[in-house]
Amino acid sequence: MPTVVALLGVAVLLGTAGLAVVASGRGAAASRLVYAVCLAVTLVNLGAGCVHLLLVSARAPAVVLPLGLPWIGAHFRLDALAAFFLIVVNLGAAGASLFAIGYGAHERSPARVLPFYPAFLAGMNLVVLADDAFTFLLAWEFMSLTSWALVMAHHHDPENRHAGYVYIVMACFGTLTLLLAFGLLAGGSGGYAFDQIRAGERALPGLVLILALLGAGSKAGLVPLHAWLPLAHPAAPSHVSALMSGVMTKVAVYGFIRIVFDLNGAPASWWSILVIAMAGITCVLGVLSALMQHDLKRLLAYHTVENIGIVFIGLGLALAFSAHGMNAPAAIALTAALLHVFNHSLFKSLLFFGSGAVLNATGERDMERLGGLIHTMPLTAFTFLTGCAAISALPPLNGFVSEWLTFQAILLSPSLPSWGLKLIVPAVGAMLALSAALAAACFVKAFGVTFLGRPRTAAAQAATEVDRYSLAAMFAFAALCLLAGILPGLFIDGLAPVAQSLVGARMPTQSTMAWLSVVPVAESRSSYNGLLVFIFIAVSALAAAEVIHRYASREVRRGPAWDCGFPDPDPATQYTADSFAQPIRRVFGATVFRAREHVQMPPPGDARPARLTVTLRDLIWDLLYLPLAAGTALAAERLNRLQFLTIRQYLSLVFVALVGLLLVLSIWS
Amino acid sequence: MVLILELILGLALQGLQMALVLALAPLLLGFTRKVKARLLRRRGPPVLQPYRDLLKLIGKEAVLAHNASWLFRTAPYLIFAATWVAAALIPTFATGLPFSWAADLIALVALIGSARFLLALAGMDVGTSFGGIGSSREMLFASLAEPAMVMIVFTVALVAGSTQLSAIANFMLDNATLRVSLGLAATALVIVAVAENARIPVDNPATHLELTMVHEAMVLEYSGRHLALIEAAAALKLLLYVSLIGCIFVPWGLAPLGSGPGALAIGLLAYLGKLIAGGFLLVLFETSIAKMRVFRVPEFLGIALMLGLLGTLLLFVSRSF
Repeated sequence: MPTVVALLGVAVLLGTAGLAVVASGRGAAASRLVYAVCLAVTLVNLGAGCVHLLLVSARAPAVVLPLGLPWIGAHFRLDALAAFFLIVVNLGAAGASLFAIGYGAHERSPARVLPFYPAFLAGMNLVVLADDAFTFLLAWEFMSLTSWALVMAHHHDPENRHAGYVYIVMACFGTLTLLLAFGLLAGGSGGYAFDQIRAGERALPGLVLILALLGAGSKAGLVPLHAWLPLAHPAAPSHVSALMSGVMTKVAVYGFIRIVFDLNGAPASWWSILVIAMAGITCVLGVLSALMQHDLKRLLAYHTVENIGIVFIGLGLALAFSAHGMNAPAAIALTAALLHVFNHSLFKSLLFFGSGAVLNATGERDMERLGGLIHTMPLTAFTFLTGCAAISALPPLNGFVSEWLTFQAILLSPSLPSWGLKLIVPAVGAMLALSAALAAACFVKAFGVTFLGRPRTAAAQAATEVDRYSLAAMFAFAALCLLAGILPGLFIDGLAPVAQSLVGARMPTQSTMAWLSVVPVAESRSSYNGLLVFIFIAVSALAAAEVIHRYASREVRRGPAWDCGFPDPDPATQYTADSFAQPIRRVFGATVFRAREHVQMPPPGDARPARLTVTLRDLIWDLLYLPLAAGTALAAERLNRLQFLTIRQYLSLVFVALVGLLLVLSIWS
Repeated sequence: MVLILELILGLALQGLQMALVLALAPLLLGFTRKVKARLLRRRGPPVLQPYRDLLKLIGKEAVLAHNASWLFRTAPYLIFAATWVAAALIPTFATGLPFSWAADLIALVALIGSARFLLALAGMDVGTSFGGIGSSREMLFASLAEPAMVMIVFTVALVAGSTQLSAIANFMLDNATLRVSLGLAATALVIVAVAENARIPVDNPATHLELTMVHEAMVLEYSGRHLALIEAAAALKLLLYVSLIGCIFVPWGLAPLGSGPGALAIGLLAYLGKLIAGGFLLVLFETSIAKMRVFRVPEFLGIALMLGLLGTLLLFVSRSF
C-alpha cells in the first residue's frame, strides 16, 4: 500500500513538472503554488516511508507497471532499506519545498527552475522505489539530468557552465559504471528484476563492488571522484543545493548499499579495506578543502565530501564485520552509517538554507564580503549556529551521536582476523578524529566570519531577516537536529529493520534502555545519553545565570571595543576567512595543497602596498583529471582520421569487428 | 518508592560531586600559581586569590562592546555549564557515580569540544583582530589535540574494554600492570592536557603581550561576570584534566560503588593528594621549559597524536601490549 501511495506521489510530481512549464511565466504566486504542491506530495511520501519502516517493515509485494522495456516492465517495491531512504529523500525534499515557497519567489529565471524541481524530486523518489535494474538506471539518469538542468539554471555565469559541464561528464561516467555493474549482476540469464539478481549466479562480485564504488561514489562525492561536487552544488539555487548535497548524495549511498549489501552476495574481506581506505582519505581531504574556501556555499559543498567519507567508513566497517561473520558489530557500523545519512541530510540542508537566506538578504556568497549578520538576521543566525554545532559533532546535537557510534564500531574491530584491517582501521580512526576536529574549525570559521564581527560591506550592513516560510523550514530542521541528538535511541530503533535485513542482526532495542540511553553493546562497555547531557548543561547554565543575576551584578555598560586599547574602526582590520584558516593552511596545506605564500615587499621609499599571494593547487585535479582530459583529447584527435575513410575501408572495419566478436564468443564458451 | 529514593540519593551524590569540583577548581589554580611563584623565588599571591578574583569580577558591571551580540552574552554561561558537566562526570573520589554513564570518555572529549567551539565563536563576535587571532590559533591547536585525545581514549578503551570512565578506573585498579600502550597514552595525555589548558610551552596564562597569547586573546573583550564565568571554566578545565589523568593512570584510593563513609573519606583524601601532586608536577614542568613559537606547537601536539595512534595500533596488533 505505501508503495502505491509513493508511486502516486511520483506521478503527481511529474504532473506538477508539466504544469510548471506553463506556470513558470505567471509570477511569484504560481511558483508558490508549485512548491506548495511539492511540499504536500513529499509529506505524503514521507508518511508512506514512515508507515512502511515503522509499522510494516517486511518486504512489500512488488508493483509491476507496464512501462519501460516490454519484456521487463517496471518493478517498484518498498522494503526496509528503501523505506528508510524514502524518508530521507522526502524529509529533505519537504524542507526544501517549504523553504522554496519563500525563497523561490526571488528567482530571476523561474522557467529554468520550476519545471525541473518537481521532476528532480520524482527522479530521486523513483531511484529509491525501483526494484529492477532497468528502472533503477533510468531513474538514476533522470535524477542526474534534472539536477544538471537545475545546476545550469543560472547559465549566464561562465563558472556555472563549467560546473555543469564537469557534472554531466562525471554523471555519465557514474551511470556507465553502474550500467556495467548491473550487467555483471544480471549475468548471462539476463534477469533484471532485483529478485532474479538475488537468486541468480554471481559473476565477478569483486568487480561489481569496484564498479559500484566508482558509480555510486562519483555521485556521492568520494575522493578522487568528487571533483564535480564542489563546483555543481553551489551553482544551483540554494534550495536545490540543499537537495543535491543533503539528499542526492544519500540516494547515491542508497545505490551503493543496494548493490553491495543486498544484491552482490556475501562480501569478501578485501572489499572493506578498499572502501575504508577511500573513505578515510575522503574525510580528511574533504574537510581540509572546505577549510580553504571563502565562498560559503562551496565550503558547505566540500564539507559534504567529508561527511560522505564518514558514512562510507561506517559502511566499510559493516562490510568488514559481515565478511568475517560478525553480524552484531556489523549492525552497529551499518546503523552508524545510516544514522549519519539521516543526520547529515538534516544539518546539511539546514546549512544550505541558511546560506540561501544570506544570499537572498545580501546577494553575497563570499564570506570575505559578509560579517555581522547576527544583528540583522538573528533568527537565521540562530538556526545556522545550530546546524554548525550539529555538523561539528558537538553534543548534545545529532551529528555527535552518529560519529560516536562510528567510533564504537571502530573500537570493536581489533577482533577482526584480517591483518590488513588491523592496520588500516586505527589509521582511519585517527583520520576520522582529525576530520571531526577540523570540521569544528571549519564551522567556527564559517559562522564566525559570516555572522559575527562587523559587516565588511554595505550589502552585509543592509541585510534584513528572510521571509517566514524560509524561517519555518530552518527552524523545523534545527529542531529535528536537536531532537535526533537528545533522543537518538528512537531513531536507532527505527533503523533496526534495515540492519536486520542487510546484515542479519540489529542493535539492541534502545527505547527500553533506562533513561533512553544509547547502549550499543553493554552498559559496562559504553553508553551515551544525549537527553541527560542536554538537561545537565541546560540546568547548570540556568543555575549559573540565576545565581549570578540574583546575588551579583546585573549591570551592563556598552562601550567601544577594548582590543587592547587600540580599536580600529575599519572593519578590514578583522580576521577574514583566509586569515582564520592561515595557520591550518600552513600546517596541513603545505603538503596537501602545495600551498605557497609569496610576499611582495616594495623597496623602502616606495609607496605601493605590500602584497601577499597564496597559491593552492588541487593535486587530484592536476594529477588525475587534467592528464585524463589531455589523453582523451589526444585519442580523439588520433581517432578523428576514422571519419575520412572510404566505403571499402569502413566495410572491412565492420568485417574485422564481426570476426573479432565471433572469436571472443567462441573462446568464451 | 525505592526507585525514587535511589534517584534522590543518586542526584545528591552527583550534586555533591558537582559542588566539589566547582569548589576545588580555583583552589588548584591558586595552588599552581603559588608553587610556580615559589619555584621562581617569588612570594606569589595567596592560595585563595582566585576565589577573591572571581568574587570581585562577579560583583562588577559587565562592559560590552557596542556591537556585541546575544551570542557574546550567552556563551560564557554555556561554556561554563559544558565544562562543569564534563568535570562532574569524571570519577574523582568514587567510581560508579550515578550519572557517569550519561557520557563516556568520547562524549567527554566532545563536551570539552563544545565549550571550545563556543569560546572560539565568542572571540570572533566583536570583530577585533586579537579575538580573531586567538580563535584561529585555538582551533589550530584543537584540530591536533582533539584527535590525539580520541586516540588516547582508543588506547585506554581497548586495554580496559570500555569507554566508561568508571569501568576503566575499576579495570585499572584490578589489573594494574605496566603496559607499553598505556605509557604512550599517558605521555600523550600529559601533552594534550598542557596544550588544552593553555599552559607553557603552548600558551602563557600570565603573559601581557597580546600577540603571544591564544586563550587570553580570545577572552580579551570579556569583563565582569562574563569574565568570571570564563575564568571559572578555565579553572574547571585544569581540574578536569588533572582528575582525568588521576582517574585513568593513578586510580588508587577511588572508593568503589556503594562503599561506606570511611572509603569515601579515603577517596577524598587520595583525590586531594592527586590534585596536589598533579599541580606540582605541572608547575615543575612549566618552569623548566620555555614557551614555543606558535608554529612549533603543531609539532608538539603531533607527537601526542602519533603516540596515541601508536598505542592504538599496538593494541590492534596484539591485546597484550
